[in-house]
Amino acid sequence: MKNIIHFICNDQEITTELHPATTVLDFVRKNLHLTGTKEGCREGDCGACTVLVGELLDGRVIYKSVNSCLLPVASLHGKHLVTVEGINQKELNPLQHAFVDEGASQCGFCTPGFLMSLTGYFLANDVYSAEEAITSLDGNICRCTGYASIKRSTEKVTAEITMNKNHSSVEKLVELKVLPDYFLGIQKRLTAIPPFINTPTNDVLVSGGTDLFVQQWEKLLSSDVEFLQRDNTESAIRIENDLCFIDARTTISEIKSSASLKKYFPQLANYFQYFGSLPIRNRATVGGNIINASPIGDMTNFLLALDAQVHLNEKDNERVVPLKNFYTGYKQFDKKENEIITSTSFKLPETNSHFNYEKVSKRTFLDIASVNASIYLEEENLQIKNVHLSAGGVAPYPLYLSKTKEFLLKKTISPQLLKQAAEIIEEEISPISDARGSAEYKRLLLRQLFFAHFIKLFPEIISLEEVV
Amino acid sequence: MKNYDMTRHVRGESLFADDFIVPEGTLYASVFDSSIAHGKILSIDISEAEKFPGVKKVILAQDIPGQNQIGGIIQDEPLLAENEVHFCGQPIAIVLAESLLIAREAKKKIKIEYKELTPITDAREAYAKGMLIIPPRIFSNGNVEEAFKHCGVVVEGKIETGAQEHLYLETQGAIAFPTEGNGIKIISSTQGPTATQRAACKVLGLPMHQVEVDVMRLGGGFGGKEDQANAWAAMAAVSAFLIKKTVKLILPRQEDMRMTGKRHPYSADFKMGLSNDGKILAYEVTFFQNAGAAADLSTAILDRTLFHATNSYFVPNVKATGLSCRTNLPPNTAFRGFGGPQAMFTFEAAIQKAADKLGVAASVIQEKNLLKEKDEFHYGQLAENSKAQACWFKAKEKFHFDQIKKNVDTFNTENKIYKKGFACMPICFGISFTNTFMNQAGALVHIYSDGSVGVSTAAVEMGQGVNEKIRLVAAEIFSIDKAKIKVETTNTTRVANTSPTAASSAADLNGKATELACKNLAERLMTFIKEELNFSSSDRIAFRDEQVYCNDRAIGLTWTELIQKAFFTRVNLSAQAHYAVPGIYFDKEKNKGKAFAYYSFGTAVVEVTVDCIRGTYVVDSVKAVHDFGKSFANVIDRGQAEGAIMQGIGWMTMEEIIYNTDGKLLTDALSTYKVPDIHSAPKEIEVHFLENSDNPLGIFNSKAIGEPPLMYGIGTFFALQNAMKAFRPEKEFEFSAPLTPEKVLLSLYKE
Repeated sequence: MKNIIHFICNDQEITTELHPATTVLDFVRKNLHLTGTKEGCREGDCGACTVLVGELLDGRVIYKSVNSCLLPVASLHGKHLVTVEGINQKELNPLQHAFVDEGASQCGFCTPGFLMSLTGYFLANDVYSAEEAITSLDGNICRCTGYASIKRSTEKVTAEITMNKNHSSVEKLVELKVLPDYFLGIQKRLTAIPPFINTPTNDVLVSGGTDLFVQQWEKLLSSDVEFLQRDNTESAIRIENDLCFIDARTTISEIKSSASLKKYFPQLANYFQYFGSLPIRNRATVGGNIINASPIGDMTNFLLALDAQVHLNEKDNERVVPLKNFYTGYKQFDKKENEIITSTSFKLPETNSHFNYEKVSKRTFLDIASVNASIYLEEENLQIKNVHLSAGGVAPYPLYLSKTKEFLLKKTISPQLLKQAAEIIEEEISPISDARGSAEYKRLLLRQLFFAHFIKLFPEIISLEEVV
Repeated sequence: MKNYDMTRHVRGESLFADDFIVPEGTLYASVFDSSIAHGKILSIDISEAEKFPGVKKVILAQDIPGQNQIGGIIQDEPLLAENEVHFCGQPIAIVLAESLLIAREAKKKIKIEYKELTPITDAREAYAKGMLIIPPRIFSNGNVEEAFKHCGVVVEGKIETGAQEHLYLETQGAIAFPTEGNGIKIISSTQGPTATQRAACKVLGLPMHQVEVDVMRLGGGFGGKEDQANAWAAMAAVSAFLIKKTVKLILPRQEDMRMTGKRHPYSADFKMGLSNDGKILAYEVTFFQNAGAAADLSTAILDRTLFHATNSYFVPNVKATGLSCRTNLPPNTAFRGFGGPQAMFTFEAAIQKAADKLGVAASVIQEKNLLKEKDEFHYGQLAENSKAQACWFKAKEKFHFDQIKKNVDTFNTENKIYKKGFACMPICFGISFTNTFMNQAGALVHIYSDGSVGVSTAAVEMGQGVNEKIRLVAAEIFSIDKAKIKVETTNTTRVANTSPTAASSAADLNGKATELACKNLAERLMTFIKEELNFSSSDRIAFRDEQVYCNDRAIGLTWTELIQKAFFTRVNLSAQAHYAVPGIYFDKEKNKGKAFAYYSFGTAVVEVTVDCIRGTYVVDSVKAVHDFGKSFANVIDRGQAEGAIMQGIGWMTMEEIIYNTDGKLLTDALSTYKVPDIHSAPKEIEVHFLENSDNPLGIFNSKAIGEPPLMYGIGTFFALQNAMKAFRPEKEFEFSAPLTPEKVLLSLYKE
C-alpha cells in the first residue's frame, strides 16, 4: 500500500502518492508546474531551488530554508511548503521591491532562491541585522551581480522591516505585506493533517539526505526508503551530569544554535558557520555525518576531538563504540548491517580546558575542507594533562591523531615541542591529491592548522615565526 | 527606474528554456559522451539501450540527415563523434525517451569499445608536436630586437592562467518542435540565434528558412552560449526531425561542466625592455593558447589577445605571437573578455617583474606608460578619445593611492600573521567584433493600433539588461511611457542574420538599430501630422510625454490618438532598420587597421589581506573609476561592472579547473569547482563613473560595459602577491593564476 503524502504547497492543499523519494524540486516543477523554483546544480551547492518548509512546533509554524533538490517529498507531510509563487502578491513585496530598485537581479535564474532564503531569514528570526540577513544567503550563488547589489537591497529591506516591527510573527510579516495573508491560516490547516505512517524498511534509511540525494537521487527512486525523522517533542541535545548526548537525527543548525552547548563551546556558532550552508545545515544531521564517513566531515572532526562515542542500536540492543575506533577504512566502519546510529555522546569539556576548530577550503564558506582540524586540550601551567587531536582530509576517514596525542601528553607546550609534534603528525597521515588540493599541500596545511591551534590558544607562548 | 525583466525575475515568473510547457508526447534527450580524451571508436552497441522500456530512439552520427559538422569559423567539429573521440565529454549518441530519468538510465546500457590514444592536455606540448589550429599569428610594430639593445632594463618571464567555467546558473539546453513541411522550430538558450540556426540547418540539411530559432532569455551566458549553445540545439533539432516529436534537451549540471569548453588556459613567455626611468620601450610575447579539441572561437579569441597585448599602455616596439594549440580538452570558447584578460595579465606580470628589478612600485611604471591621446597601438589604430590617464589620475586622487600604501605598510609592520597588499589595475578594451562583418544588427519595430509598441532586435537578454536599454531607446524617441514598450523574444524570423550577443556590443549595435527604426517611424508620423493637420514643412513637430508638440506647443493630440489616426489613414506603423558600425576595417594579412569603434578605459585599485598561517585571504576592497561614456542606465551599468569585477576576481583566485593527465575533468561539479559566494565578495566595492566622457559611437553616447570591468579582477592577483611579499620579502613568486589558497600557502612555505 502506498503512503499518502499530505501537505500544503503555498495556498494549495496537496495529496500525492508519488514515490516518497521524489525530490521536491521535481515535484513542484513537473507536477505542480511551479517553475519559479530553478534547477541549478542538484547538489545543494547553488541555492537556485531554495524553498521554505514550515513545521508545527508548540502551536507555531516554524519556517526553515532548504534545498528542494535534496528534499524528499515525503518529508513534507504535515508541513507547509513555500515556493516563490507562494510569496507573490498583487504588488511586489518589500523584498522584491528592494531587489528591483537596487538591480539585485540580472539574469534572474538565481533570484527566486535568494528571495526565499531572505524570506526564510525574516520568518526564522526575532531580531534582525543586515549582516545576519546577508549571512542567511550563504547557500545562494549568483553569477551575475557580484553580490554588491544583493547586499545593498538586503541592507535596505532589513532596515525597513526592522523599523516597522519589533518581534517576529507571521502576523507582522503579513501586515508589512512581506507575506500574503493566507499565511495566517496555515497553522490551523496543518493541525488538521493526520500523521504520516512511515513504512519500516531494510532498504535505504534516509536522514537529512543532504549527501544521499546528491549521490543517489536516481537510485532512491527505485528503492524502499524509510525516513528517520525526529519527533519535535523529543529533546535532541541532552546533558546528563558531565555527559552530552546528541540524538543522531539532530540537525547541524540545531547544534549550531544550541544554548546548552554554547556554554561549553563559546565559539560553536563560528565553527559551524563553515559547515555547508544554512539550507544544508537545516537538513544535515549528526548521524548522517558520522555514517557518511567522509574523510573531511566537519561534524566528525569536531566530535573526534571530544573523543565522542557512537551509540548503535539493533532491536533494542545498544552497543557503544568510540568514534576514533568506528572507522576502519574508506567508507568502512564498525557497524553491523542492521544496526543504526541512534546518538553520539561525549564528556563535556573541563573548566579551563581549551578547544579550537580550524578549517581551510578553496572557498571559505559552503565548501568542503581541504583540511580541517580540531583540538581539545587540558593543561596546567602549560603541562598537557589531556589532549585529543583530529584531522580531516589527510586519511581515508576522519582521523584521530593518536600518536601525536601520546607524544604530547605530560609535556610542556613550547615552540620546540610543537615542531616535534608536527613531525609525528607527518607520520600519522596519508593524504592524497585531488580536487581539494595536492597531498603536499594537505601535509603543509595540517601542520599549519596544528600550529594555528596553539597560536590562537596560547598567543603569549607560541608565535608564528617561532614554529615555522 | 523599473526594469520590467527584473520585476518578473523577483516573482519567479520569467521563463527560461526549461520552464516552457511542452506538448503531450514530448521526448527527453540525454547525451552519451566519451569517457576517454583521445581514441578510436572500435565498436558501439546501442541495442540494449534501445530496448530499455520507455526509450524511443538512440541517435548516432550515421543517423544525422545533413552534415555531421557544427564548426563555426573552421569546419573541424562533428556534432556526434564518428570514428574517433578527441576529448572526454565529446558527444557520441543521443538517447530519446519518455522521461529524462529513463534516458539517463538507458544511456548506461550503451556499450562502447575504444582504442585509446595518448591525449595531449598541455598547450606547449601540443605546440611542440605541431598541433596548431591555424599558423602562428603575429601582430607587431617597430623593431623589438633593435629596441632591446637600447634598454636599461630587460626582464623575461613566464605566466600561466587557468581555465574558467562559465557557470551560467541556467545550464545549456534547447527544445525542438517539428513544424509543417519538415521544418523545425527551436527554443534555445543561445547567445547567437543565427549561429544556432545555421548549425541546425547544416546537420539537418535544410535551408535556413526552414529552421526558426527563438530565444526568450538566458540564465546567464558570459560567452559560454555564444558558440557552444549550438550543439545542444542541433541535437534537439536532429532528434525532433527524425522522430517527429518535440524533443527537450537540457544538460544536467555535471554533464554541462564536462562536455562544454571554458575560458582558454594560456601559457606565455614575455620579455620587456625599459629605460632606467621606467619607460617601456619594447615588449615581446608569445602566447600558447590551449584551444581544446576543435577551433570553436579560438582563433578570434587569439586575435583579441594579440590586440590587447599591451593593455592600457603605449609601447613603441611590440612583437606579439599567438599560437592556438590543439589539445584533447573540450573545445575552449568565448568567455567575457575573450582573450583580453590573458593578454593583460601577461603584460601586468611583466610590469611587476620590471618594477621588482628597478626597485620601484609597479604603479610607477604603470602611470608612466599609460596611453595618451592618439598614441598608436601595435596594430596601427590610434587611441582616440583616450581616457586612460583621466581614469588613472581620478582614481589616484579619489581613492588616495598614497594613503592606501601608507596604511598597508603600517598594517604590515604591526602584524605578523596577517599581511595586506594592494595593486592598481588600469584597463583598455576595444569595442567591436574584431571580425568586421559581424558589427551589424537589425531591429523591427511595430507600433500597434492602440499605441503600444513591440521591438524585436538581434540582441539576446541574458541578464545584462539589453532589453531594458532597448526599451529606453524606444521610449526616449517616441517619448512614451516605457510600459507601452515590449521587447520581444529574439527570433530569426523577425530579425534575420543576427550577430551573436557578444563582444559587449549588443546594446550599441541593437540600440542603434532600434534608434534608426524608431526614428524612421517618428519621421513618418511627423510627416503624417504635418500633412494631416496642414502644418508647414518648416514647423517643428516633436513627441513629448505622450503628446504631440508643434513648435514647442502641445497641439492636443496624444500619442494614442495619433497612432489611431495614422492607422486609419493607412500609415505604415512598422519599420525595420539595419545598423553597421562605420569606419572600422582590419587587414588580416598585415594585421593592421582600425579594428575597434572605440575603447573603454578605467583604473581600479584592489586591496587584500592574506592569512599567512593558513594561506587564506579576503579581498578588502575594489575601487574603480570607469569610463561608461554617458551612461543612460546607471543601475544596469553599475551592476555589469560589479558583476564583471567579481568574475575577474574568481578567475584569479578560487576558480580552478583541474583536468588530470588523462584529460578527465576533476572539478566537474559545484562541490569541487568553486565560484565566489556572497562571503567572498569584496567587503567594499566602489565603482565611480568617470565624468565628462562622451562617445558618439555608442548608443546615446554611452559605452559598452559587459566585458571591460572583468579585467579589474586581475589586480587581485598582484595585490595578493604584494601581501605575500610582505611576509616573505626574499622570495620570488610565480605568475601562476588562479592564486588559490593552496598556491599561496605552498609559495609562502615551500623552499
